[in-house]
Amino acid sequence: MAWWFALSPGKRHVGLFKIALFAVCLIPLLRLVWGAWNDTLGANPIEFITRSLGSWALNFLLITLCVTPLRKLTGWNWLLQLRRMLGLYVFFYASLHLSTYLWLDKFFDWQEIVKDIFKRPFITIGMSAFAMLLPLALTSTKGMVRRLGGLRWQRLHRLIYVIAICAVVHYWWLVKLDVSLPAIYSVLLCILLGFRLLWPGQGRRNDISGNFKPAQD
Amino acid sequence: MLSIPARRTTDVTPSEITPREVFERRRDFLGTAAGFALGTALAPLSAALASEKPLASIKSPLSTPEKPTPLKDVTSYNNFYEFGTDKADPALHAHTLKTRPWTVSIEGLVKQPKTFAIDDIFRLGALEERIYRLRCVEGWSMVIPWLGLPLATLLKSVEPLGSAKYVEFISAADPKTMPGVNRSVIDWPYLEGLRLDEAMHPLTLLALGLYGEVLPKQNGAPLRLVVPWKYGFKSGKSIVKIRLVEKQPQTAWMKANPREYGFYSNVNPEVDHPRWSQASERRIGEFLKRKTLPFNGYADQVAPLYAGMDLKINF
Repeated sequence: MAWWFALSPGKRHVGLFKIALFAVCLIPLLRLVWGAWNDTLGANPIEFITRSLGSWALNFLLITLCVTPLRKLTGWNWLLQLRRMLGLYVFFYASLHLSTYLWLDKFFDWQEIVKDIFKRPFITIGMSAFAMLLPLALTSTKGMVRRLGGLRWQRLHRLIYVIAICAVVHYWWLVKLDVSLPAIYSVLLCILLGFRLLWPGQGRRNDISGNFKPAQD
Repeated sequence: MLSIPARRTTDVTPSEITPREVFERRRDFLGTAAGFALGTALAPLSAALASEKPLASIKSPLSTPEKPTPLKDVTSYNNFYEFGTDKADPALHAHTLKTRPWTVSIEGLVKQPKTFAIDDIFRLGALEERIYRLRCVEGWSMVIPWLGLPLATLLKSVEPLGSAKYVEFISAADPKTMPGVNRSVIDWPYLEGLRLDEAMHPLTLLALGLYGEVLPKQNGAPLRLVVPWKYGFKSGKSIVKIRLVEKQPQTAWMKANPREYGFYSNVNPEVDHPRWSQASERRIGEFLKRKTLPFNGYADQVAPLYAGMDLKINF
């Protein structure tokens, strides 16, 4: 069992790991910048960039949702210290994804954008997901956790489950015909959400006891 | 054996310049060919060589003066679900398609039903270069220098009967050479259809090549339809059968989603796809979007075909 505990690093090592992870999470963006510069993004680079940023927002969302199950299965509580950064990367890529739509697709034609939001279900649900993501990003600081109180903060941040469902539906609804990729995301999301329902001790206990402590990192 | 057909035009258009990679491939090929003793190997080699030589064509007054989309983009960004649903898939996977031998049978309400060998279609008339806009239903567009014959030339040769009102186009669906056919994203084979007057319209082209060469496989070799005033999916690729019928035929996209795809599918900035606007488009290679034109800019020629029709209902 010794090796297992060796995977519970000290504070300094977690810090180093976080710096490395921060850099790794930027790779999808750097790849796009590099590709745009060298013209390797194909015939329709703007479409490629928009889709890639959307995919990565969703990928980081699922990765963030992996933290709790992984922690419970392995007992590595230090994983919790990565969650805020991963969550903020969801917001980062989602913001870039939204910006490409507002700028490169609609060129800030607000009338068209408002029309889209009301008329196109996949835009409506995508925008809703982003609107819900915004308060989570704004309340991600230690100060905001303190101000809200752990319990209220946790309840608010459960919105991430709704956001994840909206994001997958957004993807499903925009696909022209072949839904195999959104279907794979749906299955992964079901597994991650199902874990939370089925894992013993998950769910409402923290709320009732009021003993919840948000991640201190 | 390798006779160069006489040029009918004097000036060289960009499309007549052989792309470098094709040129180099041909040199490699000639090198290999030289390694073979002249003999039994020669016949198939000459056939292969023939398929790579630039095609002679006459210019058409129906061409747009707009700048053609680069060949690289035309051949690497394709919707051809028989080879996969990603637009990069056809360029990666279409090499397995066998375009010789190939036959196209024309049947149904015609006086002279006939099965054409592909090489006979090449001999039906002088190939024309037609530089057309192509507008995809997804909201992007290209300008492509096609080579081909008016579809009317082929249809007239089989003498449609008076009872024929529609034309159905059936694409190849061979699971061995078209890997995408093994997935049931579409009810194979790919079906498309036109009204007979649309099919006989002088703009409607039976394309056999592009950029001065035979059609690349990912673009629908060895022959495809090009109906420039309709969304791209109306132009069936790798066609094996053409049937003249009395009733409006079903099409693959109507079967897949009748709410989103109608029989006519004329380019129309005023009729949105249920999920996205069709008011503008991104021309491949351009940063800003363009306004989409009614009938993709071919309204002068084709609007009379739809006189009196409500195009919001007949979308």
